[in-house]
Amino acid sequence: MLRTQQPRFQGLDPGHRACQGCGQALAARLTLEAAGPDILLANATGCLEVFTTAWPESAWRVPYLHSVFANAAAVAAGMEAALKAQGKDVKVIALAGDGGTFDIGFQALSGMLERGHDVLFVCYDNEAYMNTGVQRSGSTPHAASTTTSPAGVARMGKRHLKKDILAIIAAHHIPYAATASVAYPADLRKKVRRALQVAGPSFLQVHSPCPLGWGHGSELSIEIARLAVQTGLFPLIELERGALVGAMPIRQIHPVTDYLKPQSRFRHLFAGDPRAREELAHLQALADHNIEAYGLRGEMPDGLDSEGADTVRRGGLRSA
Amino acid sequence: MRQALEGSQAIARAVALCRPQVVAAYPITPQTHIVENIAKLVADAQFQCEFVSVESEFSAASVVLGAACAGSRAYTASASQGIMLMSEVLYNIAGLRVPLVLTCANRAVSAPINIWNDQQDSMAVRDAGWLQLYCADNQEAVDTTIQAFRIAERCELPVMVCVDGFTLTHTLEPLELPSQEAVDAFLPPYAFSRALDPRAPLSLGTLVGPDYFTESRYLHHQAVLAAENEIIAAARDWSSISGRTSAPLIRIDGSDEATVGILTLGSVFGTLLDARDHYGGAPVKILHLRAFRPFPVEALRAATKGLSDLIVLERAISPGADGIVAAEVRSALMDADAPPRVHNFAAGLGGRDVPLTIYPRLLEAIGKPQPRMIPIDLDRDQWPAAADAQ
Ligand SMILES: Cc1ncc(C[n+]2csc(CCOP(=O)(O)OP(=O)(O)O)c2C)c(N)n1
Repeated sequence: MLRTQQPRFQGLDPGHRACQGCGQALAARLTLEAAGPDILLANATGCLEVFTTAWPESAWRVPYLHSVFANAAAVAAGMEAALKAQGKDVKVIALAGDGGTFDIGFQALSGMLERGHDVLFVCYDNEAYMNTGVQRSGSTPHAASTTTSPAGVARMGKRHLKKDILAIIAAHHIPYAATASVAYPADLRKKVRRALQVAGPSFLQVHSPCPLGWGHGSELSIEIARLAVQTGLFPLIELERGALVGAMPIRQIHPVTDYLKPQSRFRHLFAGDPRAREELAHLQALADHNIEAYGLRGEMPDGLDSEGADTVRRGGLRSA
Repeated sequence: MRQALEGSQAIARAVALCRPQVVAAYPITPQTHIVENIAKLVADAQFQCEFVSVESEFSAASVVLGAACAGSRAYTASASQGIMLMSEVLYNIAGLRVPLVLTCANRAVSAPINIWNDQQDSMAVRDAGWLQLYCADNQEAVDTTIQAFRIAERCELPVMVCVDGFTLTHTLEPLELPSQEAVDAFLPPYAFSRALDPRAPLSLGTLVGPDYFTESRYLHHQAVLAAENEIIAAARDWSSISGRTSAPLIRIDGSDEATVGILTLGSVFGTLLDARDHYGGAPVKILHLRAFRPFPVEALRAATKGLSDLIVLERAISPGADGIVAAEVRSALMDADAPPRVHNFAAGLGGRDVPLTIYPRLLEAIGKPQPRMIPIDLDRDQWPAAADAQ
């Protein structure tokens, strides 16, 4: 049969309750397409859990366990220990939002990485606590307005920087860690496969727009996600044992305003306030820093994201 | 074989005899010796398991939860602050109806920080939906640990085995450790009906809205109540293998002529027995509430029948209310025929020694009206002067 006519393995069914244009729903589907059916999932509390599991329905075609908000990494570690004791060759993947990764779930994550469990931890980074109504997290970008870092006459949104989670993960010297984006699906799938191939812990941070929380049209999710990469604000990089081994070059570097302007969470930065101009300059400086630090400047115009399109896992709607 | 073992070592060996495949724990006094002993058994190849030394009790509970759901028998132990840190996951484990065994080496809860024994920690999570079994001595701790795995797995409910910190965990006692054959004959290999398996994918821990939540909670409540039968069956079957009898719900010592009873949980039971031998006097029935969850209402009514006075001796309190156990005892006896007067005292909080002299003091105290719980061993000399002024 022609490869193109074979269905991809679908671990997350459509029909769940995610909002239109939800980046995280797409990212989770892509993750499972690449991971295939022989996995166990541990999911932290958050949007993903809520929109996929409302009893008596579930959108998951793979074994799935949601425990609490902060413990996805530890639950996954326990699953892995059990599978190891039973001599089973089944992969374990933990799924969490940025809150469940950068903030409340961080201790369990760090412990799991330090102990070397053979677990892939995937963070769907939508840069705020979306499930509870767009509150700021350690991942919320500087100057973004959220319900707990609102912009107002005295404030330009979040006063602190987005935590550099990958640098912290890198300090654990795990075999593989990477960033990815829903705007680059083949790259994302490739990184999932790579992460599952290595023995030991791996980590993936997937930039996942949230139209509701970021304040952009639901049809713009992919475009916005791509602009985050093309401005240098969200570099796509790969680390092995904490060392940089790959970065996706940006061939046409966009100014950060191209990314910020369509999102209402940054609207206050375009009000002509001198402090707003200062914040914009600050955000541009962060992007410029990333471009230099990771050597992101590319030569040619951006290619299509087709790399790896012929190597997706096949299997279709498998459920035994 | 009868041997002298420290309580923690005996519990560790009993756990190993139950062959859990995953053990996860975080150290806290007075639980440390249990997990250290398990770690040593693993290091010496006397016990094969994945021993996961986690970075917190929160993760310890989460690791054993993940392991049990992935199809392995799993075990953890903690105490005090560790139980508090676990509490979110403890509720979660119970609500998910996952079979697990946890030893709680009972200790006071901070502040003031105090590493010594009382039962505030396990009482703080009494509503988590776990079964709770208290042990009066280290033989009971060994036997209960083994029974706990079978009860947990048959009921699909987690079991907390409560042993008094130091008083039991750090005390050398002669006891019988069963053989591997005996335990294998009693405890079949782990099987969990909802184990996660890629060949038959299930979703566990899903979001349950108001349409189904009450039913889910009620079924859980029913399951905990029904666990009484498995607790009784496990005690019976284990006694036919081990040759030792032990009371599944309430241990009763004393003649039916007694009109006064004293009910407690845990190691103070032994102190009271010794004190009664020592002081003699009118017959007194001494009760050890082994099963606190499920709360054995019928067994309690039967055990207290004919008593005019029942003293409930607490090892934990609920500030602003009365003793935790006494409140439940009163409610259980409310509509019994001719229920005894219930007197409520606390003793031994934060490791204060419970001496033999407590026995005559208790019996004397019930002569006076005592409308609310007070610690019988309150020491006015230790009272800050400022408190008197209030
Ligand atoms: C201990 C605890 N604190 C708070 C909450 C409330 N809560 C549930 S999900 C959530 C935010 C989730 O944010 P994130 O991890 O970023 O995932 P998202 O919903 O954005 O995908 C919060 C605060 C909780 N469930 N548990």
